[in-house]
Amino acid sequence: MTNPYELSAKETAERVKRGELTAVECVSSVFDRIRDVEGSIHAYVTLMEDLAMKRAREIDSKAKSDKRPGKLAGVCIAVKDNICTKGVRTTCSSRMLENFVPPYDATVVERIIQEDGIIVGKTNMDEFAMGSTTETSYFGPTRNPWNSIMVPGGSSGGSAAAVSTDETVLALGSDTGGSIRCPASFCSVVGLKPTYGLVSRYGLIAYSNSLEQIGPITGSVSDCALLLEVIAGYDERDSTSVKTQRNSYVELLEGGVERTRIGVIKDFLGEGANTGVEKRVWEAVHKLEDLGAFYEEVSIPSLKYTLPAYYLIAVSEASSNLARYDGVRYGYKDSDESCNWSESFSRSRGVGFGPEVRRRMILGTFALSAGYYNEYYIKALKVRTLIGKAFNRAFKAFTVLIGPTMPFPPFKIGEKIKDPLALYLCDVDSVAVNLAGCCAISVPCGFVDCLPVGLQIIGKPFGEAEVLRVAYTFEQNTDHQKKKPDI
Amino acid sequence: MKKKRSLSRLISKKEVEHLAWLSRISLSEEEKELFTGQLNDILDYFRLIDEADTKNVPPTYNVLDLSNVFRRDIVESSLPRDGALKNASKKERGYFRAPRIV
Repeated sequence: MTNPYELSAKETAERVKRGELTAVECVSSVFDRIRDVEGSIHAYVTLMEDLAMKRAREIDSKAKSDKRPGKLAGVCIAVKDNICTKGVRTTCSSRMLENFVPPYDATVVERIIQEDGIIVGKTNMDEFAMGSTTETSYFGPTRNPWNSIMVPGGSSGGSAAAVSTDETVLALGSDTGGSIRCPASFCSVVGLKPTYGLVSRYGLIAYSNSLEQIGPITGSVSDCALLLEVIAGYDERDSTSVKTQRNSYVELLEGGVERTRIGVIKDFLGEGANTGVEKRVWEAVHKLEDLGAFYEEVSIPSLKYTLPAYYLIAVSEASSNLARYDGVRYGYKDSDESCNWSESFSRSRGVGFGPEVRRRMILGTFALSAGYYNEYYIKALKVRTLIGKAFNRAFKAFTVLIGPTMPFPPFKIGEKIKDPLALYLCDVDSVAVNLAGCCAISVPCGFVDCLPVGLQIIGKPFGEAEVLRVAYTFEQNTDHQKKKPDI
Repeated sequence: MKKKRSLSRLISKKEVEHLAWLSRISLSEEEKELFTGQLNDILDYFRLIDEADTKNVPPTYNVLDLSNVFRRDIVESSLPRDGALKNASKKERGYFRAPRIV
């Protein structure tokens, strides 16, 4: 018999609704699994077993009393630790927020609870979402389920590893420059970065607020559509939330890829890309071609400026956003009472933030300082305009754009952490999507030397339904997603 | 990324110290050295955008075409004082206790 933790979200909710499975059974099963594998993965910062069991009992009694259970009835969900959960500590994997307990829930968390989803824990991440490996976490790195000496990707590495090992059914991540897609690729799961403005950021602890979005990390494309459907939609508490019609993404999955026009981004292949990764991507393109899509290669020359433009904008916004951590209202506070105002702040921030966070804040302060502002920050914002225009042009000719999510397979823990620039270069294929405000999904497309490769499918702003349909058609006709790590 | 433009460093150790002070971040002596080297490598790479032709191109601060998002001016309940103070390390008589100013 299949263990409840192995079921998809869709199947779990259906069985719970039909009374064939209880929410309590689902939660116990997931926590049994967590006890088995968490010691070798370290996907979580905080586990919420008691709260989850209490919620499960409430949902079971609701199911018995003829009240219609929600879309996520009994489904276990892990939440990245930069998304606020009322009464449950939310650390951003930083010493700064080690003991921070939010007094409110993020909108996405409220929506999950409304649909009877059960939050099981808070997942490990790069400190303040700054990283691509989950190694900058104050609580130590998460391990790649496919090979424990490798990084799981980041910054939502805990969420992706937890989904990959069945330590949860669904997870939420956040994506500023690839932080959902990168770990989804490295852990062989599905991860979607929604269009900027589709999902409310209320309750997401800010890093770079003009770039980041919350999105689903799941074991299949249909579960991804289901979770997106729950969390998407206008929220007046986020002033950058967009009023769009509410879509049932699940109902839009079918339809195939016939006559779908695919642009294969040449700039993401060739020089700099691993040949094995490139091969898997072409195999995927040809698969979609067999299924009725037609493709053409497309070159977007301005893509070569995306990485510096992205980092300049991200660090500038970070230096402003993270100025709020003064150790007075919340966060780590230096205990020396004899220090004055400025010394006290500097010491609290010097100890509370790890080196990568401090490095980015200093870089941002530099890029925003008088004399450099036009040369760096404004220049980056102008390049952003160019990239947005280039994507607009490409979407006039193509339904979706395709390339690898990451230029290479997962690498060893410790291999790049001492060289910040080498780590920044990992994001070369993912950041353009955030600059242009598009949506993009990473789906498993095979392996290179037993390590996962992700296929990135990019859609125009609010083109989630198309991206999901192409990804779903690919997934239904391949078996990459069915492979599970041996753990 | 070992190519260092050692002749024209983009940023000196003294500037790093000043930026750290502006950002209210304390750095150890070793970190000042380390960060100076790393920030020079990173900024050197960032200069790649210099060559992008951005003449007459406006900056994009935000991808959405939104401006002045207003809501109706209605008084609603907000976070109670206890909730707002709960995460403070030091509080006194219902206020946050801040470090001394001078």
